[in-house]
Amino acid sequence: MAEAGFAARLATVAEARWRVAIALTVAMIALYFGFILLIAYAPSLLARRLLPGLSLGILIGALVIVASWVLTWVYVRWANTHYDEALAKLGE
Amino acid sequence: MSSLLAALQTTSRIGEPNAVAMGFFFLFIATTLGITFWAARRTRTTEHFYAAGRTISPGQNGVALAGDYMSAASFLGIAGLVSTTGFDGLIYSTGWLVGWPVVLFLIAEPLRNLGRYTFADVVAIRLQQTPVRIAAAVGTLATVSLYLIAQMVGAGGLIRLMFGISYEAAIVIVGLAMIAYVLFGGMLATTWVQIVKAVLLLGGAALLTLLVLARFGWSPVALFSAAAEKYGQGVLAPGRLVSNPLDAISLGLALMFGTAGLPHILMRFYTVPDAKAARTSVFYATGLIGAFYLMTFVLGFGAMVLVGPDAIRGVEPGGNMAAPLLAEFLGGTPLLGFIAAVAFATILAVVAGLTLSGAAALSHDLWVSVVRREKADATEQLRVARVATVGLGILGVVLGITFKGQNVAFMVGLAFAIAASANFPALVLSIFWRRYTTAGAVTSMVLGTLSTLLLIYFSPTLQIDVLKHAEAWFPLRNPALVTMPLSFLSGILVSLLWPRPGESAGFDAVSRRMHLGQEVQPSAISPQPSVD
Repeated sequence: MAEAGFAARLATVAEARWRVAIALTVAMIALYFGFILLIAYAPSLLARRLLPGLSLGILIGALVIVASWVLTWVYVRWANTHYDEALAKLGE
Repeated sequence: MSSLLAALQTTSRIGEPNAVAMGFFFLFIATTLGITFWAARRTRTTEHFYAAGRTISPGQNGVALAGDYMSAASFLGIAGLVSTTGFDGLIYSTGWLVGWPVVLFLIAEPLRNLGRYTFADVVAIRLQQTPVRIAAAVGTLATVSLYLIAQMVGAGGLIRLMFGISYEAAIVIVGLAMIAYVLFGGMLATTWVQIVKAVLLLGGAALLTLLVLARFGWSPVALFSAAAEKYGQGVLAPGRLVSNPLDAISLGLALMFGTAGLPHILMRFYTVPDAKAARTSVFYATGLIGAFYLMTFVLGFGAMVLVGPDAIRGVEPGGNMAAPLLAEFLGGTPLLGFIAAVAFATILAVVAGLTLSGAAALSHDLWVSVVRREKADATEQLRVARVATVGLGILGVVLGITFKGQNVAFMVGLAFAIAASANFPALVLSIFWRRYTTAGAVTSMVLGTLSTLLLIYFSPTLQIDVLKHAEAWFPLRNPALVTMPLSFLSGILVSLLWPRPGESAGFDAVSRRMHLGQEVQPSAISPQPSVD
């Protein structure tokens, strides 16, 4: 009985972990391939100048790198708090 | 300005033996061999040899991951591409980073909790050992060999250009050094070589970035503006490199998911104590690698403005000497020598990591699991791992000399395509999908590897660029857009058509161990109990 409860709680934690992982993966794919598709289909949009020396393309390229940092930070933050805590509580 | 360029072309000391470069190079070799000597005394079991006794801290592993990943291709190649094409080169700067979040979200922690030394450990965990490990070893060795050839040939050419020694001598030096690191020092020495190299590479890139920015009022935008004034607004906008959107998407897939299937990167997650440390180490690695690629924006445009695309192509048509030329312009021969030594250290560290992961596939996956069916004792395991290391090291030298003068730039893209089309699908499906079977896993890995090799052969990359034919039968330069879905779909289809309830039954235990770690014994998962 306790074992069945443990398995059910673990399944809940596992499901939450994969939901977060897949949502963040999809976000990363959307950002990067969105950038690639803009390069392929809207090069003139990316050529638009925001400042002398700063095109929209360069800004978005740098933002893709920054977005990678932010997404990894979001995941680590979530996992260090929610996921680890839920795992620690499983045995109770 | 053109007179300056002409003067630069004639006064560049690239290709002449350079005392500073030699000095830094010997310092690097002496330091890393010292580390190897220290590590050798701590490398007594396979656990040490493959995984550094799982004692590497998350911070150390984060730096080492960055060191394993940032190859000379990304340092010299991207700086060269940006300096000669502008914005188009930046497509690579972003592409080489975006796989890392995927590694973190999907791979790092399950891999650490489920495997011991190789990614095949994870795929094979609840399936039949023999067929899965053979297929995984084929994928691993294909990826490692192609990557190794690209690095070796790059190393030979680079060292000849920078130090003025012969191509063959350069290859032999690289081969001997990497064999020494891996053979005697195993993963512990390899890890510290990666750390030293990463610090040197990041430090060198940061120094160049600061020296460039100092000339433009500490503003990257002022630098880009100077580039646009000199070479037209076109350098800040997408240009000719992405003429075919499908090509760009296919390359993007290979870069993004290939990163998550590179054996020498995956192997690093076994060197840390637990899954949380694996998680933290990817976080650090992503930060460092992202910072490095942001710096390539400044290095590339800096070389474009300060050295000039024509002068860069004049020294080496591929543009690979942009960063060294920039260093020479900013700091004279001493800085050139330092950057040349950094580039050499970069190649050495990457080939050491590749050799170790190849040796693990040969000895741990093929010899210990398949040939000896887990009956090899600890001494034999270590001996076989060392024999495999020497064998792979010699193979690397032979391949490097065989491919002298060949256009091997496509091989890195090909290695990423195989990693994305064979290793990644098998890894993800085995982690996520209960109904994945032995036949399905073997199909994904074998079909992924073979279709990638076949399609790259018929692609413009090989038919037009290398074989000089007029046209190619397959239109894409990188086949990942076709081969990655093919690998996923074939693996799923075969698993659904021939279900194996016995193999699926092991998934609950796998799932538990994936989240909780090693508390669940492997014998509770595997249909064929294996002995540690």
